[in-house]
Amino acid sequence: MSNEPYVRTEMLSEQPAPLGETGVIRWMRENLFSSIGNSILTVLSLVVVFLMLKAFLPWAIQPSWSSGSLRQCIDDPNITGACWGVIRDRFNQLMFGFYPHDAQWRAIAAFVLMLVAIAPVLFDKLPRKLMIFSAVFPFLGVWLLWGGTIWAPLLVLAGFAIGYFVNKALTGIAGNLAGMILGVLATLIWWLYGVAPVSDILSSVAPIGIEAIESSKFGGLMLSITIGVSGIALSLPIGIVLALGRQSDMFIIKTLSVGFIEFIRGVPLITLLFVASVLLNFFLPPGTNFDLILRVIIMVTIFASAYMAETIRGGLAALPTGQFEAADALGLDYWQSMRLIIMPQALKISIPGIVGTFIGLFKDTTLVSIIGLLDPVGLVKTIQGHADWNGIVWELYIFIALMFWVFTFSMSRYSMYLENKLKTTH
Amino acid sequence: MAMADQPAGKSFRLSMLLYDTRYRSMTIQVIMLTGFVLGVWWLIGNMYSNLADLGKEPNFSFLAHPAGYDINQRLIEYTSQSTNARAWVVGLLNTLLVALLGVILATVVGVAVGVLRLSNNWIVARLMTVFIEIFRNIPVLLWILFAMAIFIEEFPKPNAFRGDNATSFMYLSDSIAFTNRGWYIPKPIFNDGSMAVVAVFFLALAGMFIFGKWAKARQEKTGDILPVFWIKLAIVIIPTMLMFAVFSFLNGNREYSVVTTAAMEGTELSTIQKPKACVVSGTAISVVLQELLRETGQKVKVNAYDTEEDARAAYLNGDCNTIGVPSNEAQSVQGVVPATFSQGNPILLEQPYLDGFNFKGGLHLRNSLIALWLALSFYTAAFIAEAVRAGIMAINKGQSEAAGALGLRQKRIMNLVILPQAMRVIVPPLISQYLNLTKNSSLAVAVGYMDVTGTLGGITLNQTGRALECILLLMITYLTISLSISMVMNIYNNSVKLKER
Repeated sequence: MSNEPYVRTEMLSEQPAPLGETGVIRWMRENLFSSIGNSILTVLSLVVVFLMLKAFLPWAIQPSWSSGSLRQCIDDPNITGACWGVIRDRFNQLMFGFYPHDAQWRAIAAFVLMLVAIAPVLFDKLPRKLMIFSAVFPFLGVWLLWGGTIWAPLLVLAGFAIGYFVNKALTGIAGNLAGMILGVLATLIWWLYGVAPVSDILSSVAPIGIEAIESSKFGGLMLSITIGVSGIALSLPIGIVLALGRQSDMFIIKTLSVGFIEFIRGVPLITLLFVASVLLNFFLPPGTNFDLILRVIIMVTIFASAYMAETIRGGLAALPTGQFEAADALGLDYWQSMRLIIMPQALKISIPGIVGTFIGLFKDTTLVSIIGLLDPVGLVKTIQGHADWNGIVWELYIFIALMFWVFTFSMSRYSMYLENKLKTTH
Repeated sequence: MAMADQPAGKSFRLSMLLYDTRYRSMTIQVIMLTGFVLGVWWLIGNMYSNLADLGKEPNFSFLAHPAGYDINQRLIEYTSQSTNARAWVVGLLNTLLVALLGVILATVVGVAVGVLRLSNNWIVARLMTVFIEIFRNIPVLLWILFAMAIFIEEFPKPNAFRGDNATSFMYLSDSIAFTNRGWYIPKPIFNDGSMAVVAVFFLALAGMFIFGKWAKARQEKTGDILPVFWIKLAIVIIPTMLMFAVFSFLNGNREYSVVTTAAMEGTELSTIQKPKACVVSGTAISVVLQELLRETGQKVKVNAYDTEEDARAAYLNGDCNTIGVPSNEAQSVQGVVPATFSQGNPILLEQPYLDGFNFKGGLHLRNSLIALWLALSFYTAAFIAEAVRAGIMAINKGQSEAAGALGLRQKRIMNLVILPQAMRVIVPPLISQYLNLTKNSSLAVAVGYMDVTGTLGGITLNQTGRALECILLLMITYLTISLSISMVMNIYNNSVKLKER
């Protein structure tokens, strides 16, 4: 038996992996120090991060929240850096501008209701019935922000009902197209000539309403959100029409749409804002006078609708041709096929793009400070002009940047979530 | 079919305009066009009656009137007596300058960040993500104002550079100064022979492109890969350096003399009392002479003239006490010759120097230009980085695996397989980012950079009150720039895109 080779009879128990191949060390070796170049990069990055934090944190972390003026900060021996008191002192202004104090609940309510109104559009798990609220919100929001009699927004809303009934009543007599045109005409006539007198009569009979606030009082983040949201909401229908126009076979309609889109996309927003501030009134009948914020909203809408049209065109282009052909094969006419087949799909595809357009527009609302509106950036000068805060710079810029960053970053995350969701369904 | 049992032209009824698909689109278009024309007519009619009420019928004659204001950064000659049209051109050039600088820096930073974001180094990838999310989610206007505030608040005043216990120093052997009034950098002075050097440089560039094409064609044909980068570098550098050396030698042979009335015969430069030089502005002799005099440690005063004759006449007139003339003419000019110097290289650098409370000489890059440039570049770079990343990620993983299976090395996989395909995805968003950068440069008005929005759409508009004309011209200007950029880039895009047959 002695010349029989040694054979192990029992299995070796499982050994743990070598120390260098597990856990943190392995992770670090793979992700931080995989090669000499990588190691240098890692060390460099750490040094950069360290230097930046070393410069920023001691400056930023200061017990200065309660200071009432820059002088207090400078005189206080405990404060050697940032004077955050300005944020506490001017928070209200940075949020609402000069909107009256006792009416600020209205702005907050409008904002919260806006979130409710947008929710069903953004998340399709929510009940579809909420869409009714989304449709009503524009009127409610405008009423809450600007105030005045409740009759005006209600009567404007009634214009849609009038258009609908006129269309219904006349389609039978005059045919489809004529019915539609007459319906639109009836609504327009009601808005132009009916709303104002009827609203005056109704408010003298039943004066229901809240205090009216003129738009020159609007400011701060609230102004940015107002301009951004109304710009995007108003530009959506115009954008859809322009996108369809650009896709159309009709030469004149296509040319007009392309011309409009390319013109608007070719000029910077600031020139359009100059138009709003100095030129727009020239193009309207003598004597008309809108306030500046309304003019800015008009120009921002025009600007956004060109970008929106391109976004939606992308959605339309992404649809397989089969969808258009199938809609035709079912015998649907143009508007029916668009409404029932094409648009629901195209819009769904374009939601990430629409969110992207909105992020861009929201950032661009800071440009209104150049024509003198008091959005957060415009307020910086106002605050610096006050004796208490003369000479403050970084704290304000950092706070405003953070404010915008929170909004745009969360929106871009939403857009990414959506892209992922859309990707899995295909 | 419907067409067959309804022959056209037979019994045309008016209602067919609405209900017959053959005519309906025509009807709709005619209605639309009429509506459009009426709308435009209405707007223009309103405009005319409004402007007539103000007594300001549209009129472009203000363009030929003197502008009456100064522009602090001008790439072409401009004074406050120049016309408004010239102010427009100066502004336009400033717009194009910042746009060009911005596009270059944004592309470099954007590509680097985009590639590094895909790095397998965890911390670098995370840092790049942070960079992108910070820069693209904060409005560009805030970045511009922020950058401007940094330059004004955090950089030293010019007088911090003064004296023996100066708190700030110039960099790169006293040639660059970062102050709160802007950056002062050396300015190239074009001497005799510079034209030849520049011409050779451009010829060499052309040669580099031709070589690149040839090398690519050769590679497609034979599979051989040349060390293209090094050869290209050599093609550009060697002839240019040779030309530079030749003219350096030739210029070195031409001797100049410092002639002065403020020193004794046979003395050194340093004995000149209160040197005050008469020079021809922007010439190499002037630069070298000033540097010689300044090296003695004295305060040098300089009178600049347009021509050699003027400078000499001023010297003879006693306006200054020192002048530089060719050595063979030195005898004919009154005064002593404490030193001689040579003319120097074909292209030489004029260093900025501290004079009194501010820097003089060299090239002054204003805060507004730098702030605008950096802010626009980094903001746009964040978007470009995303486009680059998306482009690289869009390439199927199988492509790099297949290339690896063929035995290509990592660098070649990137250069030969991934990048050529990724470029097709990257270029279209890149074009739109370049356009955005150019349009965003109009935010220059926020920091007082005199671009076309600042001149034509700013001061000219306010001074003449011609809002309609100015804004119209401004829009046309931007539209032209945008359309040209997209045209050029589309040509490029067509050249790289997949050729489908």
